[in-house]
Amino acid sequence: MTTVVEARGLTKVYGTTRAVDGVDFTLQSSEIVGLLGPNGAGKTTTILMLLGLTEPSAGTISVLGHDPLHDPLEVKRRVGYLPDAVGFYDHMSARENLLYTARLAGLTRREAGDRIATALSRVRLTDVADRPVGSYSRGMRQRLGLAEVIMKSADVAILDEPTSGLDPQSTYELLDMIRELRQDKVSVLLSSHLLDRVQSVCDRVLLFQQGKIALQGTVPELARQVLGGGYAIQVETQRTDVYAALDGIPGIREIHPEGGGRFRVIAESDLRSVIATRLVGSGADLLRLNVVEPSLDDIYARHFASRAAA
Amino acid sequence: MTSMHATSPAAPRRKGSPWTGLGTVFVKELADHLSSARMRILEILVLLTGIGAVYTAIQDIRTVSGDAPYLFLLLFTHARDPMPSFIALLGFLIPVIAIGLGFDSINTEFTRRTMSRLLAQPIYRDALLLGKFLAGLATMTIGLVALWLLILGLGLLLLGIPPSGEEVARGLMFLVVAIAYAGTWLAVALLFSVIFRSPATSALCALGVWLLFSVLWQIIAPFIAQAIAPQDPVAALFGVPSVAQMQWEQSLSRLSPNTLFAEATLAIMHPATRALGPVFQSQLRGAVIGAPLPLDQSLLLVWPQITGLIATAIILFAAAYVLFQRQEIRA
Repeated sequence: MTTVVEARGLTKVYGTTRAVDGVDFTLQSSEIVGLLGPNGAGKTTTILMLLGLTEPSAGTISVLGHDPLHDPLEVKRRVGYLPDAVGFYDHMSARENLLYTARLAGLTRREAGDRIATALSRVRLTDVADRPVGSYSRGMRQRLGLAEVIMKSADVAILDEPTSGLDPQSTYELLDMIRELRQDKVSVLLSSHLLDRVQSVCDRVLLFQQGKIALQGTVPELARQVLGGGYAIQVETQRTDVYAALDGIPGIREIHPEGGGRFRVIAESDLRSVIATRLVGSGADLLRLNVVEPSLDDIYARHFASRAAA
Repeated sequence: MTSMHATSPAAPRRKGSPWTGLGTVFVKELADHLSSARMRILEILVLLTGIGAVYTAIQDIRTVSGDAPYLFLLLFTHARDPMPSFIALLGFLIPVIAIGLGFDSINTEFTRRTMSRLLAQPIYRDALLLGKFLAGLATMTIGLVALWLLILGLGLLLLGIPPSGEEVARGLMFLVVAIAYAGTWLAVALLFSVIFRSPATSALCALGVWLLFSVLWQIIAPFIAQAIAPQDPVAALFGVPSVAQMQWEQSLSRLSPNTLFAEATLAIMHPATRALGPVFQSQLRGAVIGAPLPLDQSLLLVWPQITGLIATAIILFAAAYVLFQRQEIRA
């Protein structure tokens, strides 16, 4: 594991607003990290600073050992970028669009031709590669944007809201393609405001809030941090009074009713067997008993709710 | 110099050539221009007016005796009501074409959302801006050279005599001035395309500037000159403007690239032109009125106009460059 991107005290001030406020983070090789947070939390600004497209007001960045401010060409040569709502030249075909960027990236015409063919087949656009991009759907454009990143054979891929505005089917396809990037030893930095979908591909997430990183870590780590740790066990049963049946089991912290005969039991360890024995022993019909995986949506909602309360 | 860099991290030195990717941008933009429908329309417009002007000129020239000097230059400069001379038409049309090519060069990259994708490639913004400017200029050059050759060919066919060496040289000089003029207006259009995110606003503003300099400036300049320069009692007695007023008026009108173009082409294509400002009787003593100047003397006369045009283009381009460098990339 080597660090490919490192930001220290990254700050961007527009007038009086601090769009990004003292952000520290790293990206390791072959890692997928999600930059998550609401719109306007500073994700895109952070990305633009990493690429040297915006000058930071303070802080330092190192991308593959280069400073994007001093040596933007080297950084941009080795980093692939898929911007938010990516645009193409509508009158040109997919192949021509990619050829233009490939030539700008310094590839020779022959080199570019091979790489473009491979990249287009990876994102399954080979059949429509010679149609003008104006006729493409939103999902196809996003895939074409990803093809550009693949074509560059970049070491780092920075994807800004790659799934926004896509239907579920296209989203899953795109996320699969992003997962494939890791197999090519590409480190991926991915921004999104759609938490649950991104959760499935990210090794680690950074939760942005008002220009700061509110939380960072793996999803289970964050769950422990925010949801107070422990296991959330969902129980569904009819008839019996669950509170009475489960009373006195060591390790159960709380029981929340969720309606429709469902309850959420917060426990310190996996107490499923004990709960099952108790409930069945009390003559109840046990319809469901499962451990709830913490979702990023829960973490997010809980974190910001507690912030708002405080 | 190095110590300054060491102490001021705010002014880092960029690594790599600012011209990386310039050729690629140039080729792509040139191909876009040459294949665009807009270019077709502009070409037809220029072709029709060019042929019209030259055709009326040739009809008149044929009635003149065949041994008049500089017959070929007459093709460019001859005017008969209601048809203005070819040069006057070009003075009017070149800005329109240049604005048509340049008004949306930068801002559409933003509206199409291609700007961030382009600048994420290993190029500097310098290459993008200059590539677009040079592609526009090359497009105009191709058009103007084609038109110039067309007129020369028409002249050969319809007049039946070849142009002299000096006529060709003056024609080439005219071409250079026309390209410099086109560059100036292209820089105007490029500047507006950087300033305004909306292509429509940019086009309207560029056309407004064009209207100001091609029509209104000739009307306004004398008034400003009168307001600045004091009236000379002797001149007032004769009912003419004073020398100071005339000089002011001329200086003011030369702020307009259209005036510079008109003056430069006048001296180049009319070899008999000896001066471009007010001339006193005493200065003409010994001069053979109507005798043509040699080419180098004509060039000397219009040198300030030509450099003025080129300098204006460079200053406007520099302004566009500075603004573009400071622009935020996020849409």
